[in-house]
Amino acid sequence: MPVIEMEQVLIPHVREPNSFTLDFYLAHGGYAALKTALGRTPDEIIEMVKASGLRGRGGAGFPTGMKWQFVDKKIEPRYIVCNADESEPGTFKDHLLMERNPHLLVEGCAIGCYAIGARTAYIYIRGEFHHVQRHLERAIEEAYAAGYLGRDILGSGFDCDVFVHRGAGAYEAGEETALLESLEGKRAQPRNKPPVPAVAGLYGKPSAVNNVETLCNVPIVVSRGVEWYTSIGPEKNGGPKLYCVSGHVKRPGVYEATMNITLRELVEGRAGGVRDGRTLKAVIPGGSSVPILLPDQLDTQASFDGVQRAGSLLGSAAIVVLDDTTCMVWLAENLLHFYRHESCGKCTPCREGTDWLHKILARIERGEGQMSDLDLLASISRNVGGKTLCAFGDAAITPVVTTLKHFRDEYEAHVREGRCTRPAPWRARHLVGAH
Amino acid sequence: MATIFIDQRSYDVPDGMNLLDASLTLGFNLPYFCWHPALGSVGACRQCAVKQFRDEKDMRGRLVMACMTAAAPNTRISIDDPDAREFRKSVGEWLMVHHPHDCPVCDEGGECHLQDMEVMDQQTYRRYRGLKRTFRNQDLGPFVNHEMNRCIQCYRCVRFYRDYAGGRDFDAFFLRDRVFFGRQSDGVLESPFSGNLVEVCPTGVFTDKTLKLHFTRKWDERTAPSICVHCAAGCNTIAGERYGLLRRIRNRFNGEVNGYFLCDRGRYGYEFVNGPRRVRAPRIAGRADAAAPSDAVARAASPLAGGSGAIGIGSPRASLEANFALRALVGPDRFCSGMGAAEHRLVSEVLRLLQEGPAPAASLHDAAQADAVLVLGEDVTNTAPMLALALRQSVRQQPMKAAAALRIPAWDDTAVRNALQDERGPLYIATVAATPLDDVAAATMHAAPDDLARIGCAIAHALDQAAPSPRGALAADAALVGRIAGALRAAERPLVVAGVSLASQAVLDAAARVAHALHAAGRPVRIALVVPECNSLGAAMLGGCDLDDATALLWPGSPLIVLENDLPRRCGADRAARLFERAGELVVVDHTLTPTAERATIVLPAATFAEGDGTYVNGEGRAQRAFQVFVAGGDVQESWRWLRDLMRASGRGGAAAAWETLDDVTGALARELPAFAAVRDVAPPATFRIAGTRIAREPARYSGRTARDANVTVHEPEPPGDPDSALSFTMEGFQAQPPPAQPPSALIPRFWAPGWNSVQSVNYYQTVVGGPLRGGDPGLRLIEPAAPGAPAAAGRAPSAFEPDDRDWLCVPMYEIFGSEELSALAPSVAALAPRAYVALNDGDLHRAGLREGGDAVVASADGTCRLQVRRVASLPPGVAGIGVGLQGAPWMRLPDRARIHPAERDR
Ligand SMILES: Cc1cc2nc3c(=O)[nH]c(=O)nc-3n(C[C@H](O)[C@H](O)[C@H](O)COP(=O)(O)O)c2cc1C
Ligand code: SF4
Ligand code: SF4
Ligand code: SF4
Ligand code: FES
Repeated sequence: MPVIEMEQVLIPHVREPNSFTLDFYLAHGGYAALKTALGRTPDEIIEMVKASGLRGRGGAGFPTGMKWQFVDKKIEPRYIVCNADESEPGTFKDHLLMERNPHLLVEGCAIGCYAIGARTAYIYIRGEFHHVQRHLERAIEEAYAAGYLGRDILGSGFDCDVFVHRGAGAYEAGEETALLESLEGKRAQPRNKPPVPAVAGLYGKPSAVNNVETLCNVPIVVSRGVEWYTSIGPEKNGGPKLYCVSGHVKRPGVYEATMNITLRELVEGRAGGVRDGRTLKAVIPGGSSVPILLPDQLDTQASFDGVQRAGSLLGSAAIVVLDDTTCMVWLAENLLHFYRHESCGKCTPCREGTDWLHKILARIERGEGQMSDLDLLASISRNVGGKTLCAFGDAAITPVVTTLKHFRDEYEAHVREGRCTRPAPWRARHLVGAH
Repeated sequence: MATIFIDQRSYDVPDGMNLLDASLTLGFNLPYFCWHPALGSVGACRQCAVKQFRDEKDMRGRLVMACMTAAAPNTRISIDDPDAREFRKSVGEWLMVHHPHDCPVCDEGGECHLQDMEVMDQQTYRRYRGLKRTFRNQDLGPFVNHEMNRCIQCYRCVRFYRDYAGGRDFDAFFLRDRVFFGRQSDGVLESPFSGNLVEVCPTGVFTDKTLKLHFTRKWDERTAPSICVHCAAGCNTIAGERYGLLRRIRNRFNGEVNGYFLCDRGRYGYEFVNGPRRVRAPRIAGRADAAAPSDAVARAASPLAGGSGAIGIGSPRASLEANFALRALVGPDRFCSGMGAAEHRLVSEVLRLLQEGPAPAASLHDAAQADAVLVLGEDVTNTAPMLALALRQSVRQQPMKAAAALRIPAWDDTAVRNALQDERGPLYIATVAATPLDDVAAATMHAAPDDLARIGCAIAHALDQAAPSPRGALAADAALVGRIAGALRAAERPLVVAGVSLASQAVLDAAARVAHALHAAGRPVRIALVVPECNSLGAAMLGGCDLDDATALLWPGSPLIVLENDLPRRCGADRAARLFERAGELVVVDHTLTPTAERATIVLPAATFAEGDGTYVNGEGRAQRAFQVFVAGGDVQESWRWLRDLMRASGRGGAAAAWETLDDVTGALARELPAFAAVRDVAPPATFRIAGTRIAREPARYSGRTARDANVTVHEPEPPGDPDSALSFTMEGFQAQPPPAQPPSALIPRFWAPGWNSVQSVNYYQTVVGGPLRGGDPGLRLIEPAAPGAPAAAGRAPSAFEPDDRDWLCVPMYEIFGSEELSALAPSVAALAPRAYVALNDGDLHRAGLREGGDAVVASADGTCRLQVRRVASLPPGVAGIGVGLQGAPWMRLPDRARIHPAERDR
């Protein structure tokens, strides 16, 4: 498979030893976009981002320009909140951006603030990312010292502060309203919407919650222009995109591409394909919360719309590749172990349902399941799906629903034979029962 | 109003009301957990799901949470939809996944909202086969029992405790299916409203720990509507009895007064009724055995017969009927209100202010609705606890407007709290020392009583130049005074709170001046004046003299009749002793063997609030009837009946001697004193019947009725009759069950509706859920200010307080647990009552050479006493706080100057 080379704009220099420093960033055109932006009106920036078609990279793919437009401009103060919680299993792109190209994010935050008329951006960073936090804070310090943050930035009269806040390491803290609660010092449990954060967000004030990669795209839109941005990718799926390829591939890693790329090019090309002697069994194209795609769907375009047409979601563009050694019951059990542990505990279906699902999956995997458990899995999932307070519930049942749909025979074999029918040495993790 | 469609039928409901509230108001059985009418919606439990359709053509619809969806014109929902039913059922199933199914040994069983909802969900079988999670429970102190395994994670407890009541020592911990509700570690719950967890929690996690000591199921309790007797707020309660033991107190909803909640003093103080100090038979001094009632009455009556100058000392903790009977026995001129001189004067002043106006009295509901509040001098958490809870809600009124502007409905609790954040409306608190309500105040001021009065005067002056301005420096800065005046003037519902607890006429005057100035400015101001006891205002309305006058009136050797009153608590042991010595026969009518009763020559055993009916006038001027719950054993009868018996035996009292029923007493009261003209209408008369029958005190499921007394007799005893009320003592009679019929509000003995065994059944008794009871909330206000209102108080503001370098100004301080006489007899309350203390600030502790926790000797004109030293940093210099009414605290005239020095041991 030929590797398609394309210009990298998000992570072009991440392998250079000093890529994270201000000097390096400035030497490669850094903060020019901020300068340009400050020469325009905030509304012009929002129009520009809208015209670029930039879609949120946090999971839902919602147009960022629209989100900024919805921010209630009548109420002061307003906030940009950068979602750097990156906890979706298989996702590790924001981590790379923040560690190796932090000034791009700082610049994105500043432009975002300028656009919505905020003076403060908070970067809410995942609890486990303490080392990343150091890089970010260093970059912010440099930006202050050089006048890209603080009072009267570049003589424009625009003031902007950026703060990093590290969470306590909960997946649910990545859900935007739970994030806001956590940022306010409360339990990371989501709020009901409406009101949306654009109306009453952080500290009850209008706020835009944007993913790290989303904000990193903003300086690119500004500096390269809308025309360039929309030209590099399918319609409504413009701009550069980071893909996190992991699992049974030869070269797991973060790859930048346009959304013209297909899953096959990513998996077989960039990541070098599955390990020798093995065959591809399935691909999870957008993080653990999205439905599985099968090998015959590998030519799907890895764009928001492309993956959706194929029956899944691009989500956080975390492509988890599974080869034929993977037991799908184990996969579901493994993921539910995560979800039931991360449920925030606020609403009943998710809090009780995830734990119950996990217990059933664990006993099937241990060989202690019954055939009726399969219907029970389906029944519980059906009553969780779409009925929880936040989208976590939908995310949590997806591994169960999607594996049951495509690999019911494996479940049945587990029950029939009273054991896991596909044991593999690489997943010898002790099965955790009820605790 | 909006016309909505529920399962194809149209209904009119208030526009914007949430669909759960609307459905329940319409009488639908829609299950729910996390929503609470007083706490709003959070959409957490997902139990209230219904299907919503876009329009008539939409056949698919989608599930929504009724509690999170506003009713709008043409909203179409289905409660009965199979998907909605299936989903609700699965919520029921999920909640039982970890629930221990231990109903038979759970105190909540039989009145459990979770049981009710599971039945409503038709969730019968469980498919869960795994282990159940378990928690370690905590010892939360004497009031509330903790059994976390039963938790269904509805978050109501933490929302009540923290968000509503402002507690800090209770929270939700951890996540997923292990969320834990409790304290960080074992320990007494700090909030004085902790007992409400028992009713707020829909399952048996939090239950009444005192009930545990003598447990009875709800269906086995004989209950009657009652009134809390532990302060002047007059909260409505349901008192429950079995086997002659008062088992517990629960909330009785009254939209104008306490709403859904009670304070812990009110919920747990009841144990005095069962206490070892009860008097159950007449006592005659010098006789070892109990006396026969006829003997005791004959002996007590004989000195009265001659028409000699018997003095009757009434009581602010006794009912109107009891006080009025005493007044009838001794004559109005020889009737004493039972209050010490200072208290009598101040309570009478409160009465005058309420009668003459111009500001009408605020109910607790008004207080919660107030949008700007000035508290002058009163530590309401400790003197009228539920008023503090109401004021805590008042600070939300102004910020709510901002939420409304964002089009957030008031019931959407998460969104409202998010939009409001820490915004609080103007609540200004000026007290002697810090109070537990200070955390929600916009500003607080701590100063000596006269300085508080000066601050009040300055605010009045800022509002109305005609009010006198205090001379010299103020204990609060001028800008703050201006801010307070501005906030009160700008408010739509301003409120001034004060009271008599500091025994300061100046403070009361100042509060009246602020109210007057606001009224003069055309503002609809209300006033809440806290008086000490459950019937202080009623006693003042009956007139009579104070204890000093009574002492002067008492001819040596004349009989003295004391009604439900312990005089050393009012005027000190020495003065009381002098009075007792002067008296001939000392007749005490009381339910408890107080030090006064111990001195009596004759004690007549009176009924407590639970054993007899009576009317009480709360601080708002609202007359409310407490009904007898059970017939006390022994010779106990209502005080008014003992006094009536004395009239009969002595030939005094005129027509009053013929009284047979409570209605006779209230009828006479209404005829004789115009202020009480409405008292007969407080509750329906004893002749009232509903569906041709009395209202049953015992629920239909009351068990063991024929076996109950089988150890004594196998014949079923004849049920006692009730000449005083329209309630029956047995299960015969009207079993309150709306819809469609329900008893008149004042006569609702308990809340129950088919399918609703828990406290939530109150929904079915209200006009709208959370709103007033059908037929109006019980109680009648006896006092409304006369138009156009009295002129403002004359005179100048007091001069500034000058600390003295040798003396301290001692002022009273109050404790929710310990300062009130009767509740302090309850073991659970007593366990939390502090020792008698004297409090000083750090500088003064140093100056006096005192050590926190050590002992001090306080020497005033009334003598010396030894008190524990407490450090209260917020006390002004030169001012000492003396804990009032506490165990071991001798009476002391307060305020007064006193020397304070370390006790020998601590020197
Ligand atoms: C359970 C859950 C976890 C999430 N975690 C993250 C996360 O770690 N990072 C992130 O950017 N968005 C996460 N999201 C999505 C956010 O809620 C939100 O949509 C996003 O931050 C918006 O930013 P964007 O518009 O730039 O994508 C999560 C959503 C859910 C429901
Ligand atoms: S679905 Fe419910 S329990 Fe799960 S994370 Fe969201 S709010 Fe919490
Ligand atoms: S303890 Fe009771 S009120 Fe609190 S969450 Fe659990 S069930 Fe709800
Ligand atoms: S506030 Fe007063 S009346 Fe109300 S429950 Fe407490 S003690 Fe009783
Ligand atoms: S009552 Fe509606 S979600 Fe709990």
